[in-house]
Amino acid sequence: MGHTIWILLLPLISFILLGLGGNKMKPKATGVIGTASLAGVTILSYITAFSYFGAGRGIDGLFPTLMPYDFRWLPFMDNLSINIGILLDPISVMMLVVISTVSLMVHIYSMGYMKGEKGFQRYYAFLSLFTMSMLGLVVATNIFQMYVFWELVGVSSYLLIGFYYTKPAAIAASKKAFIVTRFADLGFLIGILIYGYFAGTFSFTPETSRLMSAGMMISLALGLMFVGGAGKSAMFPLHIWLPDAMEGPTPVSALIHAATMVVAGVYLVARMFPLFIGYAPDLLPWIAVVGAVTALYAAVVACVQSDIKRVLAFSTISQIGFMMVAMGVCTSADPHAGGLGYMASLFHLFTHAMFKALLFLGAGSIIHAVHSNEMSAMGGLRKYMPVTHITFLVACLAIAGIYPFSGFFSKDEILAACFAFHPAMGWVMTAIAGLTAFYMFRLYFGIFWGKENKELHQTHKPHESPLSMTLPLVVLAVITCVAGFIPFGEFISSNGASYHIHIDMKVAGISICVAVAAIAISTWMFARENQSVPDALANRFPGLHKAAYNRFYIDNAWLFVTKKVIFKCISTPIAWFDRNIIDGFFNLCGKVTSKVAAGIRFMQNSQIQQYCIWFLAGAVILTIILIF
Amino acid sequence: MVQMEWYLVLSTIMMFVGILGFLVRRNLLAMLISIELILNSVDINFAVFNRYLFPDQLEGVFFTIFAIGVSAAETAVAIAIIINIYRNMKNIQVKNLNKMQEE
Repeated sequence: MGHTIWILLLPLISFILLGLGGNKMKPKATGVIGTASLAGVTILSYITAFSYFGAGRGIDGLFPTLMPYDFRWLPFMDNLSINIGILLDPISVMMLVVISTVSLMVHIYSMGYMKGEKGFQRYYAFLSLFTMSMLGLVVATNIFQMYVFWELVGVSSYLLIGFYYTKPAAIAASKKAFIVTRFADLGFLIGILIYGYFAGTFSFTPETSRLMSAGMMISLALGLMFVGGAGKSAMFPLHIWLPDAMEGPTPVSALIHAATMVVAGVYLVARMFPLFIGYAPDLLPWIAVVGAVTALYAAVVACVQSDIKRVLAFSTISQIGFMMVAMGVCTSADPHAGGLGYMASLFHLFTHAMFKALLFLGAGSIIHAVHSNEMSAMGGLRKYMPVTHITFLVACLAIAGIYPFSGFFSKDEILAACFAFHPAMGWVMTAIAGLTAFYMFRLYFGIFWGKENKELHQTHKPHESPLSMTLPLVVLAVITCVAGFIPFGEFISSNGASYHIHIDMKVAGISICVAVAAIAISTWMFARENQSVPDALANRFPGLHKAAYNRFYIDNAWLFVTKKVIFKCISTPIAWFDRNIIDGFFNLCGKVTSKVAAGIRFMQNSQIQQYCIWFLAGAVILTIILIF
Repeated sequence: MVQMEWYLVLSTIMMFVGILGFLVRRNLLAMLISIELILNSVDINFAVFNRYLFPDQLEGVFFTIFAIGVSAAETAVAIAIIINIYRNMKNIQVKNLNKMQEE
């Protein structure tokens, strides 16, 4: 497994090369270099996955946890040091495959999408940086290395959201994303420190005795870590940065804000799962509640947004909510008795990464064709863009949970886990799944059917995207079609033992019926030229519609809290104290010095003979003192 | 033979005349002459101590000759500076030389 180090080094080398020498190269060359290094990473990841899972289970029936590299990086004390290395276990290998696949697709796609953009080289350098950090995050051998790479993905996300740095909205969005996630990461850091103090190590497998004696503090540490994960994964009410992050280039949204970085929070919970289940089982239902609220909120908001990327962003938030719920409904480590959610969550992470990346790339292709994000500029695009249309439809069916697309299988497992936890949770999540199907098909019909914006399409005829953009779409669509049949439980389960996925016919039947019904309603409402039903509904419930369109004023609430409460009541007095008391003290010192200097300035009258007299007088006085 | 003390009295008088002249004369040239007086008084001391206390050695005399040479060079430089000041300011009164002072 020694080659795994190259999975991290290749994108790093490519980042340094493109970052330092990119401006001297032709844009095309930088794209090829970035994509080639990513192709290398993808091949290595697949080799790793095949050799890891191919080697089979050990005697204890588990896949071994390998550490090909574990380098002692920061030795603080004899019993506390921070390592950096590579950890291979089923979930990190699975994440390697997901990240490298989606990242490679995005690299190829960007060659077409970003062609001719100013800063093409910079774009590829940042993409390499992001990929390196994300891969480093998933293979982290300890929580601290994870935190380092966690912040690195935050930085690369910031850089890529603000890629169009001449656009004020993009700058604001990048700052918002960075500050909100940093705010949450504060919780993460404190959690890590508490954990490190009580567990005596930063590794994921501390000594049981120390944890037992720590008691509640481990719960506290894990809860704070979850806050960090919630920030990164855009959980309610820290989700506000994700919809704005859509200001970045669309392939970036596909890579970072749909498939990889935003699921880091889920990955974090999965990584710490043995600790959650062993030492803080009371926290898990809260995670489930947070996830469910997020999923419901985002699904409702997604129903009325008009910007297609915003709809997808809220859909992402909602789906990550699903994954969190699945993590939270686990009641034991045994997949047969309450631990199903763990597997379901990671399965959904896997399939969602593929079909959501596909949706975003499809959206990018559409935006490329019509030069607008607004649904009003679209409609009737199916005859102009057949490939995009078909692949988008596949992804919509997958996210809606229609057999045999991948989303069906993973969502079914999640719903089964929810029903096993509590029927109410099961029904709520089923309803949200229905909402998902509804808003996704609203989006689909709004783009490809519905009322065509003929004037706009006459002046600028939409066209199918070039091969570099359609190829990734097709690849991802194929993966979306077949990924559901991967026996995921054989590889990953909550206690590592093999788990055979079986479809619960009752749950599956309910979820398919709900999804089909939602799609039917959606078709009835949005598939035709004049959309009288939605308009009538919007007029019937103007308050609800307006509130949902404005995302239930959560952004405004945050603005109120930050501007009115924090800035006014805390920051302003502190700023006053700084300007007047602290600065004032030093200004006083300076003023006193200069006043004294001005006072004795008469001695310096530039008359050399005067100076000589002073000097002589001094010499005489000294002589007299010395003599007597 | 004249007693050594008389020479020392002479050199002391020259020294203080020089210092007084340096302090009270306002003309740069006069100040320069005063400095020369101070230097010469020291030269006399060198020569006298050499002659009376260590008659079989010559260091004091040599030092005197060196000092005269050095003071000649120094005077040349000083006069060059004074001439330049005169060209720029049209006088060499020391109280007027305050152009470099911050007003």
